[in-house]
Amino acid sequence: MEKGKVVYKLEDDISTDIIYPGRFMATVLPTETPQFAFFDDSEFNQKLTQGQIPPGSFIVAGDNFGCGSSREQAASCIKGYEITVIARHFARIFLQNSINVGLRMIICPDIEADEGDELEIRDNKVWNLTSGESFAINPLPEARQAIIDAGGLIPFARQLLIERGI
Amino acid sequence: MAMTYVQKLLAKACGQATVEAGDILELPVHLAMSHENAALVINQFNEIFKGTGREPRVWDPESIAIIFDHRVPPESSKTATNHKKTREFVATQGITKFHDVRGDVGGICHQILPENGYVRPGQVLVGTDSHTTTHGALGAFAFGIGATEMAAVWALGSIMNIEVPGTIKVVVNGKFPEGVYAKDLILNVIGLLSAEGANFKVIEFHGEAISNLPTSGRLVLCNMAVEAGATAGVVPPDEETVRYLRNEAGVEDDLDLFSPDADATYDQVVEIDAGKLDPQIACPHTVDNIESIGGVEGKRINQIVVGSCTSGRLDDLEIVAKILKGKQVADGTRMLVFPASWRIYTQAMEAGYLADLIKAGAVVCNPGCGPCLGIHQGALGDGEVALATTNRNFKGRMGNPGADVFLCSPAVAAASALTGVITDPREVN
Ligand code: SF4
Repeated sequence: MEKGKVVYKLEDDISTDIIYPGRFMATVLPTETPQFAFFDDSEFNQKLTQGQIPPGSFIVAGDNFGCGSSREQAASCIKGYEITVIARHFARIFLQNSINVGLRMIICPDIEADEGDELEIRDNKVWNLTSGESFAINPLPEARQAIIDAGGLIPFARQLLIERGI
Repeated sequence: MAMTYVQKLLAKACGQATVEAGDILELPVHLAMSHENAALVINQFNEIFKGTGREPRVWDPESIAIIFDHRVPPESSKTATNHKKTREFVATQGITKFHDVRGDVGGICHQILPENGYVRPGQVLVGTDSHTTTHGALGAFAFGIGATEMAAVWALGSIMNIEVPGTIKVVVNGKFPEGVYAKDLILNVIGLLSAEGANFKVIEFHGEAISNLPTSGRLVLCNMAVEAGATAGVVPPDEETVRYLRNEAGVEDDLDLFSPDADATYDQVVEIDAGKLDPQIACPHTVDNIESIGGVEGKRINQIVVGSCTSGRLDDLEIVAKILKGKQVADGTRMLVFPASWRIYTQAMEAGYLADLIKAGAVVCNPGCGPCLGIHQGALGDGEVALATTNRNFKGRMGNPGADVFLCSPAVAAASALTGVITDPREVN
């Protein structure tokens, strides 16, 4: 059972330049990237950095979330706040990066929610408790399920390394 | 089972007779490329080995390429320190394909790999850069991955759990008219497919216009395939591929050349008549926001940018130099040129192109990503407008979310530099 509020509502085609601007790319460590999340929206960035966004909150976006660059900082910076991203669709590299670093994503092609709405994830659906509607969740890529189950690619790869005696 | 080009490639790479879209594979990697973000890859790589009792060792130091290009020479002490750590890692691990900040071997990764003969048809090539799709121009299955994924490749030598993608076939018939180039074609394709129209798919290019296109133009097409969301772009190898590899990239060993099956199944087929194309412009703030040049002609431009891994090759510089030679960049417009590699820079210098550009008022920057990212060179002022031959115009690209970026071919950039407004190159002589 997972409940939380929508803290940020975004449109289609949110690029990695918006999530994590290129000028902060010299900062790479997952422990340091969260400070620059959505930096060019100073209002939301301040809410994040000043601790006003509780873990378990939701970002809701449209199609093609995370398009553009392969920079993994875009996934690790959101992961740092333990926010879940719900989007109608994700861009491929972002989706892969998120699985690899353990950022929680939900593919929900019909999602309707506004900032401030209360959401609950239950029975493979997103329930918008504010509007009373519910929306089906699409599964994450089956190929990657083992990596998700392992808690990310680092523990998954470590396990393989040991098994294969590399 | 009939297969597309990439399906055949994947079957060979995995030692299977056939693969189908949707199959899940562990895919052996032939070449693994990183740039500045190697600093993060190294961190994640060391994490993988933690607690295993083993010393971190890459699976094959000769199959890893590291090229410094995104912020060269370093714009900050942070980048310089990342470079330093990466250099130390390269030395410790014995990585052979390393391109440091140097005039003899440096440049942008997506030019360095082809021009040094690192890319071959049939290869599985991954890079921690979304424009790794570029290398499909030489018949590799080349795609972008994140840093943690790369760390696992460095450790294990393969991409774990990847799904065989479906393919979109783009057939380009006819001949390009005067003043219209590969860049206009790919902008047109992205407009048709949309920014996510090829998400999780491969775009395979075919047709008369592609057969006649030199590798430099094919690199442009595959470079920007990712702007339609594609996993990879690919041109099945042909005589031109062999010519480029032998004559320009110095490759001497045997090549594995094959074609897709004629009756392969495609998810979608798009036919385009190259002869009907106009110069195309991508308008702010998405690459699929495409207009024919007639729709945006006359738009005032503050900064023209020519270069990048997309359109910073010798033939691009030649086109631009020929338009600008003996003329001046318009007052109130600044023009930045950054060749894709130092080899190209040197060739352009010897051909006299750089002198023509400089005398016309252009600023020639060192090869590297420079203004494309706007981190330490060529950032835009508030409310300014740039016209660039690069590949992305997202809000905040070129360093300022309050500026607009339009994308175009080198010919449009050069014609517009003369007038200071977006100008059709067919109207300039
Ligand atoms: S030139 Fe631009 S698009 Fe190409 S690799 Fe560099 S930053 Fe990326």
